[in-house]
Amino acid sequence: MIEVVGLSKRFGDLQVLKGITATFEKGVVNQIIGRSGSGKSVLAKCIVGLHHPEEGRVLYDGRPFFEMSIEEKRTIRQEIGMLFQSSALFDSMTVEENVMFPMRMFTTMDIEAMRERARICLERVDIIGKERLFPAELSGGMQKRVGIARAIALTPKYIFYDEPNSGLDPQTAILIDGLIKELTEEYGTTTIVITHDMNSVMETGQNIIFIHDGQKWWQGDRQELLDSSDQELNDFIFASELMRQARRAITGRLE
Amino acid sequence: MGILLHIGRYFEFLRQVVGRPERTRLYFQRTLEEVDLLGVRSLGIVALLSVFMGAVITLQTSSNIDAAWIPRYVVGFTARQSVILEFSPTIISLILAGKVGSNIAAEIGTMRVKEQIDALDIMGVNSASYLVLPKIVAAMLINPFLIVISMFLSIFGGWVVSIGTGVVSPTDYITGLQWDFDPFTVTYALVKTVVFAFIITSVAAYHGYHTQGGALEVGRSSTTAVVYSSILILIANYLLTQLLLI
Ligand SMILES: Nc1ncnc2c1ncn2[C@@H]1O[C@H](COP(=O)(O)OP(=O)(O)OP(=O)(O)O)[C@@H](O)[C@H]1O
Ligand SMILES: [Mg+2]
Repeated sequence: MIEVVGLSKRFGDLQVLKGITATFEKGVVNQIIGRSGSGKSVLAKCIVGLHHPEEGRVLYDGRPFFEMSIEEKRTIRQEIGMLFQSSALFDSMTVEENVMFPMRMFTTMDIEAMRERARICLERVDIIGKERLFPAELSGGMQKRVGIARAIALTPKYIFYDEPNSGLDPQTAILIDGLIKELTEEYGTTTIVITHDMNSVMETGQNIIFIHDGQKWWQGDRQELLDSSDQELNDFIFASELMRQARRAITGRLE
Repeated sequence: MGILLHIGRYFEFLRQVVGRPERTRLYFQRTLEEVDLLGVRSLGIVALLSVFMGAVITLQTSSNIDAAWIPRYVVGFTARQSVILEFSPTIISLILAGKVGSNIAAEIGTMRVKEQIDALDIMGVNSASYLVLPKIVAAMLINPFLIVISMFLSIFGGWVVSIGTGVVSPTDYITGLQWDFDPFTVTYALVKTVVFAFIITSVAAYHGYHTQGGALEVGRSSTTAVVYSSILILIANYLLTQLLLI
C-alpha cells in the first residue's frame, strides 16, 4: 500500500500538484487518469522521489519515504518497478541485457538463470526472439513492452506503469492490461497505472483517481465512474461519442 | 554566483560518484570496457598527431637555432624537452578533452534526457557512481599509456624529419635526445596526465549528468564540458608546474 499525503509540486511559477492525498491499495490495479499535462507523470515521479515535492509525505506500507537516508531510499527502490512513459531502455544494451540488468545489479543469480528469467518476462509481454536486438531496432510499442518486462524482472512489491498502452494496437493493449492485472493479483503488488486508455479504465479500473487542476478531483471504481455526475470527469471520460454510447448501453443513462 | 553553484554541485556530484559500488565485479567489467572506449579508441588520433607534432617541433627548432656557436644536438634536446614537458601531457590531454570529454557529456546527457538515469535511480542503483566511476578510473589508468606512446611517437617523428630533410643529422638528433636527461620530467608529465584525465572525465560527466531538456541541451552540455575542462586543464597545468618544477 502506498499512501500519499498533501503532496504539492511546482516548477517555477507553474503549480502542478496542489496537495494531493490518495491511497493506493495493495493487490488492486490503481489507476491515475487525467488530461494531458495535468501532472500524472509528475505525481508518479514525486512518489518515487525523482522529483522533490515542496510539501507532502509518501508512505510505503507505513514507511515514510522522504525522511529516509539515501541508502534507505535505495533499499526501498529495489522493491519498486517502473515503466516510464518514454520506456527509458538503456540504448547501449540489448533487449535481453536490459531485462537482465536489475538481476545483475541486485541478485546473485547465475547467467543461465538470468537468461531464463528474462525470457519468461519477455514472453509474458509477447516479445519473442528479439533478445539480441537493441532498443533502437524496436518499434515504440515493443520498447514499451520490453520496459514492462524490465520493470517486473525482480517481481517488485510496488509497480508504476506510465501509460503502458500508448502506442500499442488494441489487441496487445488488452494483453498488457490482462498481464498487469494478473501480476497484481498473483503477487499482491501495489500497482499504479497512469493511463489515457478508456478501454483499460473500463476493463481493469478498481481504484480510479482523476487528477484535475492539480488536485485529486475524483476517486472511485468503474461503476461509480459510470454513475458519476461530476461535470469535469464526464467531460474527460465521455468526450467521444463512442464512450457515450457505451455508457448508454451499460447503464441505460441518457445525456 | 553561477560559478559557485557549479562548484558546489560538482563536489556533491563527486561525493555520489565515489559512493559504495553495488557490484564490484560489474564495476570492474565496466572499467575494462571504458579502457577500450576511452583509451584504445583514441590511439589512432593520438599517434597521428604525435608523429606530425614531433616533426614540426624538430623543424621549427632547427630553423630557429641556426647560430653557429650553438651545437646542433640542441635541436634533439629541445624537441625532447618540449615533447615530454608540454606537448604530450598537455596538448594531447586538451585534444582528449575535445574527443573523450564531448563523448562522455553527450552519452550521459542523452541518458539523462531520455530518462535512463531516472530508470537507474528507480532501481536503486547509484547512477552517478555506476555511470561515471568506471570512466574516471579507466581514463586515469589508460591516459598515462597514451601519453608515453605519444612521447615516443613525437620523438620518432622528429627523427624521421632529421633523416628526411637533413636539417639536423640523425646522430646529432639522437645525441641531443640523450643529453642531460632528467627522469623526473617524465614523472612530472605523468602526474599531470593523471590529473588531467580526472578533470576531463569528471567535468564532462558532471555536465552530462546535469543536463536538463532535450537534444539541444545535450549538445550544449557537450560544448560546455569541453570548454570548462580545457580551462581547468590549463589552470591545473600552471599550478602543477609551479608545484613540481620550481
Ligand atoms: N521537469 C519539468 N520541468 C518543468 N516543468 C515540468 C517538468 N515536468 C513536467 N512539467 C510540467 O508539469 C506539467 C505536468 O506534466 P506531466 O508530465 O506530469 O503531465 P501528464 O499528466 O503526465 O501528461 P501526459 O498525459 O501528456 O503524459 C506540465 O505542464 C509540464 O509542462
Ligand atoms: Mg505523462
